[in-house]
Amino acid sequence: MDVKDIFSYDWSYLLPEFIILGFATALSLLDLFAGKRLGKQVIGWLSLLGVVLAAVFVFVNVGTLDKPYSYMTDMIRIDNYGNAFKLLFLGGTAFTLLMSLSYLKQREVEHTGEYYYLLLTGLLGAMVMASSADLITLFVGLELLSLSSYVLVGLRKKSLHSNESAFKYVVSGSIATAVTLFGMSYVYGLTGTTHVYEISTRLAEVSMAGYQFLVYIAFAFLAVGLAFKISAAPNHMWAPDVYQGAPTPVTAFLAVVSKAAGFALLFRLLLISFFNVTDGSSRFFFDQGSLYLGIMAAASMIIGNTMALRQTNIKRMMAFSGIAQAGYLLVPFVPPTTLFFSEVIFYLFGYLLVSFGAFAVIMVVTREQGTEDLKGFAGLYHRSPLLAIAMSIFLLSLAGIPITAGFFGKFYLFMGSLAQENYWLSAVMIITSVISYYYYFGIIRQMYMRPGASEAPMYVPKGIWTFVLIMAVATVFFGAFPGLVTDYVQAHFNPSFDFGNMLPPTFQ
Amino acid sequence: MDSVTNILLSSLVFSPLLAIVILAFVPNHQGGVIKQIGIYGTVLPLILSLWMFGSFNYDTTNLQFVERHDWISIPIGLAQTGAVFTFDINYELGVDGISMPLILLTAIIGMMAAVASWQVKKRLKEYFILFHILLIGMLGVFAADNLFLFFIFFEMTLVPMFFLIGIWGYGEREHAANKFLLYNGIGSGIMLLAFIVIFIMMRTMNIDQITTILSTPEHPAAGALTPAFRYGLFLALFIAFAIKLPVFPFHTWMLKVHVQAPPSIVMIHSGILLKMGAYGLLRMGIGFFPEQAYQFSTWLAVLGIINVLYGAVLAFVQKDLKMVLAYSSISHMGIVLLGFASMNSIGFQGAMFQVVSHGFISALLFFLIGVIWDRTQTSMIDDLGGLAKSMPFVSGILLAGAMASLGLPGMSGFISEFFAFLGLFGRMPALAAVGALGIVLTAVYLLRAILRTTFGPTPARFNSLADAQPMEVIPMVVLLGFIILIGVYPAVLGNPMQQALKSIVPIVTGIGG
Repeated sequence: MDVKDIFSYDWSYLLPEFIILGFATALSLLDLFAGKRLGKQVIGWLSLLGVVLAAVFVFVNVGTLDKPYSYMTDMIRIDNYGNAFKLLFLGGTAFTLLMSLSYLKQREVEHTGEYYYLLLTGLLGAMVMASSADLITLFVGLELLSLSSYVLVGLRKKSLHSNESAFKYVVSGSIATAVTLFGMSYVYGLTGTTHVYEISTRLAEVSMAGYQFLVYIAFAFLAVGLAFKISAAPNHMWAPDVYQGAPTPVTAFLAVVSKAAGFALLFRLLLISFFNVTDGSSRFFFDQGSLYLGIMAAASMIIGNTMALRQTNIKRMMAFSGIAQAGYLLVPFVPPTTLFFSEVIFYLFGYLLVSFGAFAVIMVVTREQGTEDLKGFAGLYHRSPLLAIAMSIFLLSLAGIPITAGFFGKFYLFMGSLAQENYWLSAVMIITSVISYYYYFGIIRQMYMRPGASEAPMYVPKGIWTFVLIMAVATVFFGAFPGLVTDYVQAHFNPSFDFGNMLPPTFQ
Repeated sequence: MDSVTNILLSSLVFSPLLAIVILAFVPNHQGGVIKQIGIYGTVLPLILSLWMFGSFNYDTTNLQFVERHDWISIPIGLAQTGAVFTFDINYELGVDGISMPLILLTAIIGMMAAVASWQVKKRLKEYFILFHILLIGMLGVFAADNLFLFFIFFEMTLVPMFFLIGIWGYGEREHAANKFLLYNGIGSGIMLLAFIVIFIMMRTMNIDQITTILSTPEHPAAGALTPAFRYGLFLALFIAFAIKLPVFPFHTWMLKVHVQAPPSIVMIHSGILLKMGAYGLLRMGIGFFPEQAYQFSTWLAVLGIINVLYGAVLAFVQKDLKMVLAYSSISHMGIVLLGFASMNSIGFQGAMFQVVSHGFISALLFFLIGVIWDRTQTSMIDDLGGLAKSMPFVSGILLAGAMASLGLPGMSGFISEFFAFLGLFGRMPALAAVGALGIVLTAVYLLRAILRTTFGPTPARFNSLADAQPMEVIPMVVLLGFIILIGVYPAVLGNPMQQALKSIVPIVTGIGG
């Protein structure tokens, strides 16, 4: 490839990535040279500016893109699948930054400059994961996000918890990476290419040629390795420790952005690579493969929801809740249909609103109480009614009670699952959801029915207060009018979305 | 007029919002004002529902006051041509002769419970806000003509009830609230499962349309449903509503709620919430799958008898007056099942009469227990006694309520039991005879409980109890008034119901005569 080729691409589609990259670089330099003189807040606000700017250009891409645009044989591939996820990442990062801006003022994170641009590099990693169709770039994106997250988790240098969880995260994360890479090596060994769409055709040939067993092994390793990023069973046990130790905004970042990125990667890689694999009578991904994902989903729902019952630490509880949510999110992939995309995007969108709202409340309460124990929420209603009501809305949404975004998200997943006649998985979903009522309402019980240590009004920073309020209103609003989101997804993403013709239609 | 009737049902369902909005702006310390707003807030729904009941056309089986707006359209896939398939969930309300009386019942008991809430002492503002949210949910359940909407309103009652039990209840309130939540959560889950399967098969959530499609064998969507599949769906719906009703063995949560929740909430719970189960069972369970219900009807009768006798026997050995009434509710809900099991319009009528009548009676009795508790701080039968001396009025009403409950002619309980058993004798005389034993047992346990409470020696500490206060007299007289009204003039309920019952079970009435 010569230089002329490189200039022949229309690079404007990559503007969002370039903006994030540029801001991360510039801010690190700025921090290096002017760090002492500059208020650390400035870097935070500038990061936010970068994220907003990038989001604007993603919207521009959404508007102008009529077919997938790929750079250098799909090393980077701009399509609507990636764009939809990117909007979620950018939204999530913006929310993380907003939370951080008030969080870091009082906390012991010394290197606030690093904190902000590490978030940006993590975001960049997620964006790359969402929009590439080559094993190399997918892996680079994955690692960029992972490495940034490892550091972010351990950024509270003086906190033992933070150190411990960062260490655990690095160790288990590397193992997961190794497993993923091992799976990729099988795929590469079988096909001799790293290009996902080429893998798709070649794996099918290989499989017909009698290497089915190796194909299955590759699938299993990839699925297990990638389960780490979405914190699904069997690779979920890092989540409680890491969620607990990380600074709260980082926890929220991991819970939403990192998880969504994991889904973007998991699905693009597994579905496309294994799409054509068949043993003559059944299609591997839609039969055996999706059964495997179904078992992962069921295990995550059961483990997440039952283990959460016993937690006394709110962040650990949210981690188990997150494991359960990962289980719900795997449901539309069992097997995927044309419905799956808007199901996943809507669910993630609702989850984004709710998680950030909930973590913002958790952040305020745990800081003011000096403990992350559930009992810290006792009597919150009397101290700050609005905070308690907002938190209740988030919890109701997580539990899936109408009228919230979380309810419609679950309803939609549930409908898709029943349309596939996946009755066993639907039953697991229902039963575990009801189990989850117990611990979500457990927090509500603390807030309204238990006396707190004091009745004094709680100080809530204005920024956080507004943030929480907006999230709560949005949760209810999109719960009542979910069509606004599904229509947008339908109008702007789905028709040109290039899995469309590959997937079996749900209804005719 | 047309434009008014178009939004009438919505205005009724959401009319408690007015009180919620006003309450939100009243400062917490103005307890009296809050109570007044809380009570007056129930007047508007009552007026609207009375008006609608009055202008209701009895002669048609069609839904009335129908409202329909587009709401959610779910993109569910692409055709080969690239066209987008959508499923539409619309905002659809409408009432017929079965739901109209239940809406009126809800509005009346809602108001009486609000008056009974006069006793509430702590956190008034939240109490009344939650109370009105609950009211919206209950009115909505009966007004919904769409499964999705029905489900949302159904769930909408769950959350406020959790709070109302958990914050304002007695000693073990949190335990009761949890149990309530989990049991009903499972019920709702199963219900949602059935609803979505129906939705996927029928491509609509409109209750009326689904009933029509399912009873038209030529319709492709109905043809796709095998009888076994229909049976499965019927059973799912049955279990979902059986938990709410509650049918043995799904009843344990309900006992906890009856004992632990505050009196005004038990009035609502026993008077209306349990009835949502009966209503759902009739409209969705039997209405959608009449043939399956017909096959299942022997089991319905057996379960009904278990409920009747089990409830009655256990009510007899209870020491707590609240438990007596809780088991009595189980027993009386058994009669509803028996009425359904008869699979003819007389039996159905009896069941629906029982639903309304038990609503008034149990609301009255639980209100009275609340009054007694307020004076004596106990509801244990052994601790009470001789209340007739110090509280003659309350005791009199209590006796009257008990009489209505055991089915004294001239009161609503009689009509309902009479019709229900009349219907059942037509189909399963043996089972009906066994079930009728329940009537005898009811007389025994109620008289035992009431007589031991009101007559006999008075403990010295109860000698100077105050009799009913004006605020307490209102619910007593009003509720008793309705009980007697239905008893002596059953047509007030029968007329609207008759046509609708015929329409909801065209096949069943064809089979069962």
